[in-house]
Amino acid sequence: MPSQMNRGLAALCCLLVATGAARADHLYVSNEKDNTVTVVDAASLAIVKTVPVGARPRGLLLANDHKSIYVCTSDADHIEELDLATLTVTRTLQSGPDPETFALSPDGKTLYVSNEDDNEVSIVDVASGRISGEIPTGVEPEGMVVSPDGKTIVNTSETTSMAHFIDAASHKMIASVLVGSRPRFAAFTKDGSQVWVSSEVGGNVSIVDAASHKVVHTIAFAIPGVPAETVQAVGINLSPDGKLAFIALGPANRVAVVDTATFAVKKYLLVGQRVWHMDFSFDGKTLYTANGVSNDMSVIDVGDLKVTKSVPVGHLPWGVVYGP
Amino acid sequence: MPGRALRIVLSLTTALLLAAPLAPMARADDQAQTASPEAAAHVPLVYLALAVKRSFPQSYLDQPPDDEGVAGANVALADNNTTGHFTGQDFTLDIVTAGDEAGAMAAFADRLGKGARNFVTDVPAPLLLKLADLPEARTATLIDAADSDDMLRAEGCRRNVLHVLPSRAMRADSLMQYLVVKNWRRIMLLSGQTEADKLYAEAMRRAAKKFQIKIVADKAWTFNPAEQRADTGHFEVNTEVANITQGVDYDLLVVADEEDNFGDELGYRATLARPVAGTQGLVPTAWTRVYDETGATQLQNRFLRAAHRWMTERDYGAWMAVRAFGEAAIRTHSSDPAVIGAYLRSPKFELAAFKGERLSFRAWDGQLRQPVLLADPRSLVSISPQPGFLHEFFETDTLGVDQPESTCHLK
Repeated sequence: MPSQMNRGLAALCCLLVATGAARADHLYVSNEKDNTVTVVDAASLAIVKTVPVGARPRGLLLANDHKSIYVCTSDADHIEELDLATLTVTRTLQSGPDPETFALSPDGKTLYVSNEDDNEVSIVDVASGRISGEIPTGVEPEGMVVSPDGKTIVNTSETTSMAHFIDAASHKMIASVLVGSRPRFAAFTKDGSQVWVSSEVGGNVSIVDAASHKVVHTIAFAIPGVPAETVQAVGINLSPDGKLAFIALGPANRVAVVDTATFAVKKYLLVGQRVWHMDFSFDGKTLYTANGVSNDMSVIDVGDLKVTKSVPVGHLPWGVVYGP
Repeated sequence: MPGRALRIVLSLTTALLLAAPLAPMARADDQAQTASPEAAAHVPLVYLALAVKRSFPQSYLDQPPDDEGVAGANVALADNNTTGHFTGQDFTLDIVTAGDEAGAMAAFADRLGKGARNFVTDVPAPLLLKLADLPEARTATLIDAADSDDMLRAEGCRRNVLHVLPSRAMRADSLMQYLVVKNWRRIMLLSGQTEADKLYAEAMRRAAKKFQIKIVADKAWTFNPAEQRADTGHFEVNTEVANITQGVDYDLLVVADEEDNFGDELGYRATLARPVAGTQGLVPTAWTRVYDETGATQLQNRFLRAAHRWMTERDYGAWMAVRAFGEAAIRTHSSDPAVIGAYLRSPKFELAAFKGERLSFRAWDGQLRQPVLLADPRSLVSISPQPGFLHEFFETDTLGVDQPESTCHLK
C-alpha cells in the first residue's frame, strides 16, 4: 500500500512537471543504510518518493542548474546523478574509491571528491564524468569546500587532523593547518576570509584565517547535562546573511547556533539523535538536519531559532540538500 | 564478514581500473610544507618486543600471526608520516624483537645509550618493570602496547610508563555494567590455571562486587587440555563441562582463560542453556574485526591492505602507542622526548582512535581512558560504559580503577 501510494505521488509529480505546473521545493535526504534518497515536499513535509541509489549514499550536492543532485555512493565507489524532473538516477560519475563528501566549483564544472580510503582528493570533470586528476592529501580525507572565488580548495583529513589549503589551478598544497582531532567538515564564509572547520573527536570548531592560514579562534561547546564526550562537531552551515553559524553536534543531539561576529554560542537547539549534516531553504528561513540515529529530519525555524518539526525518513540519514 | 572482504577487494579493483586509463594524471608531488619550512625534524621511536612462545591454543583456527603488534605499529608509523610530511616531521620505527629477557634488556640499554627515549613495548609485566626501573630510562617514555595487568596500574605503576590497552579491571567492569543493564545478576565463574587466568578471574570478582553481581559458583577448570586433542575428546569435554556446571543456577557463565585453552569448549555443553562471556564468548576488548563504527572501517581497511590479514587487539595496541607518540610530537611540533612525554601526560593530549570520543591518559596511573567493546566472534554486542553509569569528569572513568581508589603512587 505505501509503495503504491509512493508510485501514485511520483506519477503525480512527474505529471505536474510534464505539464509545466509550478513544483514546490523539496528536500533530498541520503539514507546511508537503506541505499536510498528520500524526497520530501518542503511545503507539506510529506514524503514524495524514496529513490533507490547505489550502496551507502552520503554526501549530496545540488547542481548549479538546479536540475539534478549529485550523490556520493560510498560503497559503490562512484557518484550518481539524480535527475530532479524524473527522480531517477540518470548517470554515474567516477569518484575514486569510497567517496564520502565533495564540493562543487562555483562554475559547476568540477567536483572535488574526498576518497576516505585512499588519502586522496579526486578531481572530477562534471561534463565527462571522468576523473581528471588526483591530489594526495592527509590520512582519511573528509571535509571538502571550494572558496567563493573558486581559487582555493580546502580538504580536511581525519587522522592527520589538518585542513589542507590547495590551489585549484595548480593542484598544489598551499598550506596545511593543524586543527582539532578528526576534522570532518569545512565551510567558507561568504566573503572567503575564513574557513570554519569542525572537529568530531576534538568536539570544537576552528576558525582559520584564509589568508594567513592561522587558527584565529576555537569555539568550544558545553551543554549542561550533556557529557562532553558526546559533543562531536560535524556539519556547519553559515546563514545566507552571514550572521549566524549552525553547527551540528552529532550524538549530543544538538545544533549549536553561533554568532559569527563574536563566536559566542547563542543557543543549543535539541534535534534528533546523532545529527550529521544540514541545509538551508533557498530563502534562508528554514534549516533542515539529517539525524543518523533517530532516522528523521528536523526542521528549524531560523528566525525564531526553534525546532518546529521532525520528519521520519529512511535508515541512517546522513546528508540533506534543499532543491527544487 | 565475507561481504566486507569482498567489498574491499571490489573497491581495490575498481580503484585500479579507474586509475589505469586516466591520463594525464595531474599529481601535486612536490607539496609545499608551509606548516614548517625548515628541514624535516626526526622523531625516532623504538618498538621493543619479547618473542613469547605461546602455549598451544585450544582452537587451531586462529594462530597468532608472526607480525602481530609490529604490523599495527607500521600502519601507525605511515599515518604519522603522512601528517609529518605536512608538519616537517619524519618518524622512524626501530623494531627490535628479542628472543629472551636478557636480549630485551641488552637491546633496551643499547638504544638508551644511543639516545633513544620514545619506546613502544610489547613485553610481559615483570620485564616491563625491569626496563622502566633502569636509571637511564628515567627520562624515557615507555608506552606499553600489550599488557592488561592491573598491578602495572597500581603498586607497579611507573612515572615513565603509559598503558594503551584496557586493564583487566576495565574489561571486567565493562562486562559487569552490561550485565546490570541486562539484569543478569547471577554468574558462575570458571577460571583456568595460569597466572593470567587467576588475575582475570580476580578482576571479575572485584567488578562483580562493585556492580552487585552475585557470583553463585566460583570454580577452577583443571581438566587437562591435552585430553581434548584425542580422538573422541569431545565426549570427555562434554561430560566434564556438564559435571562442573551441574546443580548451579546462573544467568551467565564467565570464563577466565586468557590463552584460549578451554573457553571455546564451554558453550552448548553446560547443564543449563546459558551464554558464555569473559575471555571467550562475549568478550570485553579494545579491538575486534567485527567493529566498524565511528570510522573504524577505515582503520580495518587500511590495516587489511597493509598486512593482508585482520587487525587484532595487539596490533591495535601497537597502533595506538605509535599514534600517541605521533600525536604528541605533531601537536607540540617538537622532537624533544621531554616535551613529547610531558604532552602525552597533559590534559591537552587527545587520541582519536576510532572510539567516537577523544582518549587521554589518566594522570594517576598512566592508563588510557577509553570505551571498551563487547563483542562475540561475529558481531559487536555493546560498548561500555553503559548509558546511565555517570562520572563527574569522564564517563570512561567508570571503567577500571578511579583516582580515589588508586593504589598507584607515582614517584
